[in-house]
Amino acid sequence: MTVTDEPTANPGYKQVGTRPIRPDGLDKVTGKARFGADLVLPGMLEGAVLRSPHPHATIVAIDTSAAEAMPGVHAVITGADFPDLAANGARPDDVLMSKNVMARDKVLYEGHPVAAVAAATRKQAKAAAAAIDVTYELLPHVLTVEQAMADDAPILHEGMRTRGLDPAPEVDSNIASRITHERGDLDQGFADADLVVERSFTTKPVHQGYIEPHAAVADASQDGRANLWCSSQGHFSMRTSTAKVLGWEPTRIKVTPAEIGGGFGGKTVIYLEPLATLLSLRSGRPVRLVMDRDEVFRASGPASGTSLRVKVGVTEDGQLTAADVWMAFEAGANPGSPVGAAGMTVLAPYDIPNFFVEGFDVVVNKPRVAAYRAPGAPMAAFAVESVLDELAAGIGIDPVELRLRNAVTEGSQAAYGPKFPVIGFVETLEAIRDHPHYQTELGPNQGRGVAAGFWFNAGMNSTATVNVNEDGNLTVVVGSPDIGGSRSSMCLMAAEELGIDVGRVNAIVADTETVGFNDVTGGSRVTLATGAAVVDACRQIKDDLRGRAAKTWDVEVDVVEWVDGQAQHVDGSETPLTLGELAAKWGRTGGPISATAALNARGVGPAFSTQVCDVEVDPETGEVTVLRYTTAQDAGTAIHPSYVEGQMQGGVVQGIGWALNEEYIYSDDGHLENPGFLDYRVPVASDLPMIDTVVVEVPNPAHPYGVRGVGEVGIVPPLAAVGNAIAAATGVRLTDLPMSPPRVLDAINRAAGDGGD
Amino acid sequence: MEYLSPTTVEEASELLAARPDAEVFAGATDVIPQLRAGRAEPGALVDLKGIERLVSVSADDAGWTIGAATPTADLTGNAQLSAEFPGLVEAAGLIGSDQIQNRSSLGGNLCNASPAADSVPAMVVNDMRAVVAGPDGTRTIPVVDVTTGPGSTSLGPGEFVVEFQLDHRPARTGDAYLRLIPRTEMDIAVVGAGARLSFDEAGVCTSAAVALGAVAPTVVRVSDAESALVGTAASDILGNGDAMAAVAAAATAACNPIDDKRGTVAYRRQVAGVLARRAVTAATERALATNGAATDGAAANGVS
Repeated sequence: MTVTDEPTANPGYKQVGTRPIRPDGLDKVTGKARFGADLVLPGMLEGAVLRSPHPHATIVAIDTSAAEAMPGVHAVITGADFPDLAANGARPDDVLMSKNVMARDKVLYEGHPVAAVAAATRKQAKAAAAAIDVTYELLPHVLTVEQAMADDAPILHEGMRTRGLDPAPEVDSNIASRITHERGDLDQGFADADLVVERSFTTKPVHQGYIEPHAAVADASQDGRANLWCSSQGHFSMRTSTAKVLGWEPTRIKVTPAEIGGGFGGKTVIYLEPLATLLSLRSGRPVRLVMDRDEVFRASGPASGTSLRVKVGVTEDGQLTAADVWMAFEAGANPGSPVGAAGMTVLAPYDIPNFFVEGFDVVVNKPRVAAYRAPGAPMAAFAVESVLDELAAGIGIDPVELRLRNAVTEGSQAAYGPKFPVIGFVETLEAIRDHPHYQTELGPNQGRGVAAGFWFNAGMNSTATVNVNEDGNLTVVVGSPDIGGSRSSMCLMAAEELGIDVGRVNAIVADTETVGFNDVTGGSRVTLATGAAVVDACRQIKDDLRGRAAKTWDVEVDVVEWVDGQAQHVDGSETPLTLGELAAKWGRTGGPISATAALNARGVGPAFSTQVCDVEVDPETGEVTVLRYTTAQDAGTAIHPSYVEGQMQGGVVQGIGWALNEEYIYSDDGHLENPGFLDYRVPVASDLPMIDTVVVEVPNPAHPYGVRGVGEVGIVPPLAAVGNAIAAATGVRLTDLPMSPPRVLDAINRAAGDGGD
Repeated sequence: MEYLSPTTVEEASELLAARPDAEVFAGATDVIPQLRAGRAEPGALVDLKGIERLVSVSADDAGWTIGAATPTADLTGNAQLSAEFPGLVEAAGLIGSDQIQNRSSLGGNLCNASPAADSVPAMVVNDMRAVVAGPDGTRTIPVVDVTTGPGSTSLGPGEFVVEFQLDHRPARTGDAYLRLIPRTEMDIAVVGAGARLSFDEAGVCTSAAVALGAVAPTVVRVSDAESALVGTAASDILGNGDAMAAVAAAATAACNPIDDKRGTVAYRRQVAGVLARRAVTAATERALATNGAATDGAAANGVS
């Protein structure tokens, strides 16, 4: 660990930059924390979902009569029980969202919900679901972008025409949209290059791997209102989406957030919530729906499988001259892959005068993808950072130096449009270049790889309320589910503002009727945006407290200052009044002390990370051992350094899993063969070295504490960092993920001329 | 579903005779996932861990007796057994996690009849025998004859494995088991290889056993590798000489693997050769490290 308790960004902070024990830790390790599936209500029924066994089929008929007659069954619902959003003029995306949570005329992937049951026990519900008789007419399916983009491919969505083509196409397609970015003269750029490398890459769909499965409990009343409890990254968003699918006004639903057992982007969308609500409405009882692990894999949203082609030119002195990028992203059953973000991030770290980026959003017969930590960026960076590695080797310069010579800095025009504000990319490159790790010797069959990554970070809408309690302690009320330590960060910023110890501040995540609107916890936005709202509310409270002291002393408010948790007269003529004393007397100074701030956060601070990885490859088995890993990331300011390091390490670990072993394995007939953690291989602790962290702090001037957001960018470089290290260890470049032992050995065999597979 | 817990072998036999819908379990580390996945729905589950004889480890002058349901943690924690048969104990210790080790057993690992069972190649190279109880009394068969294919065994209705017999190691003998998994733990073998070799005083191999897991429907003895090793000097084995090339080639040839989500045919064949060679090397090094000492049966007697 490189960060000390004394933050480098501003040594004057007393709370920000310290490492208090996480407030949620004790309840989590003792099992007391209540996650999505833990709620039990009197009279509650258990639900089960019947899912399509086919990747693509027309639903001819559904007969639920046998299921309805089974013991314990209280309600059975199918697509026919949901409103027809298209007929009501809803947006196409919402129509597709509705059909994704419950199929109507057609199933589009194995696992697509077809019906749901509520019964007295889970066993009865499952038995009844199995007794529902669905008549399917099978349709041919497509599983990869290559299959889906073929001229004669079976079409998933009748009437879908590719957006972004000129002229507009006149035939249906599985390509939902095409995006492009360009600058300069590509031909001239490649003509100016001394070395050009072009490679094709593929990556498989991977799951976020959150340990807690999706779960929802709904309790609908006959007056058409409902209470909903669920684990998500944004209960306001769950409310909005559920209401849309049901055709309700959002405020008919109150959503109470549960403690969340991992999200990583995957818990920003609804699956079970509208089903549970409708089952509850039909049965008149509370209903709980919990996914089994295989349902999580088959029917929640993984990250896209992708196909990419990247061509980059460089001069012999290391100036990048041109880049040509082609990308096709699997969206799953409905449009909406992160190819747009991939197109914007793919060249973002570098100043390249000439480029053309083209991307395609392609539907296939797999579950609709969902966000996964810096959505779209890791696959794009895998391709570009691998090619940069080859270019550096080709012209004989150090890979960090190549990146330094082309790195964007403040004022650079980003490849996706805007000019960069103050950023810390160069600082992360220098941190790796100068780290002892980068200088160590390597042994036989060992190799070192470097890669960098970019993520925008987000702002969006947040509301926070800060209440002073009668004992002078603070309650911070936010509506941003805490998936990475945000409650602790909110407490630290509030404590810093009011000059009190962080132990006097408690943060809670409140329901949709207790706090104002908040967008999802995503885009690494909460410490920035919700944090800014908390700071704003605390500043209102400070002003209020100064006013109350002024009133008490009968002086003008501008002679009262707030220092170290108390109001004092600028000339020291009054005995200072502490927060506790002011709280105790609030009845005489205007009543309870509370403030709310609601904002749309501006001044987002982009994030960069540079990482170095050492591996050893067993040349006889293809096994890859990660020996050492160091990640440098610009956090802006590390509010709670332990959480920042945890986010950096977590991103790297997920990236290592993505690089080495994680993949959705589909049979040719469209069935997922590894819907469990035994054969969907996330890394286990013993697979990993300690992930060493260097927290770079280049404060974001647009945030009161310099925050950028740290949750996502850490997962962008590892795919290429690991691949580059394997290439260095073996002399063989792998371009298809995952780089599992069979793939690595096959590549080694082919390089040795043994033919391979 | 009923849970039944007999306390004697005889009682268990009677229960099983009376309840054809019953299934036995030892640690249940395979049975419970199968129940949860809906792949099995027995009318009764018979817990063998209540029978003292099935959860005991003992040794006498002839060798070891290991109760079929003995937690593998008791094997890895047994210093004498670990010293005499490090390969067997390492294989047993690879099953599941630390928590699973407190439940998993050699009998369960064998009778679950997964082709990838880690302990089986190690039991086979050590010529272990299974004592089987059933309606017609007990019989003793080689471990290699217990499994007949994925998920199937040669055990008849009402039969179960009571214990394993293992002769003491002769002088200058070593065993080893290696497996390949994509992770470092919590995984299923893509290829497993067990080996046991004995040497004479001159350092020439006098007997060899090589067995592979996860590359065929059942454990595979690699007789061509064994015959290539017998008569070979330890120095040639450790020097990766011709005999070792023959071992690798024989192991590759002995495979009858499938393409599946865990590995390809080509990968399994190639890695079977690599692991067989490495297991032979490790067993040889262990045999030489014994300095000619056979195990003192009397000293081990009474260990439990």
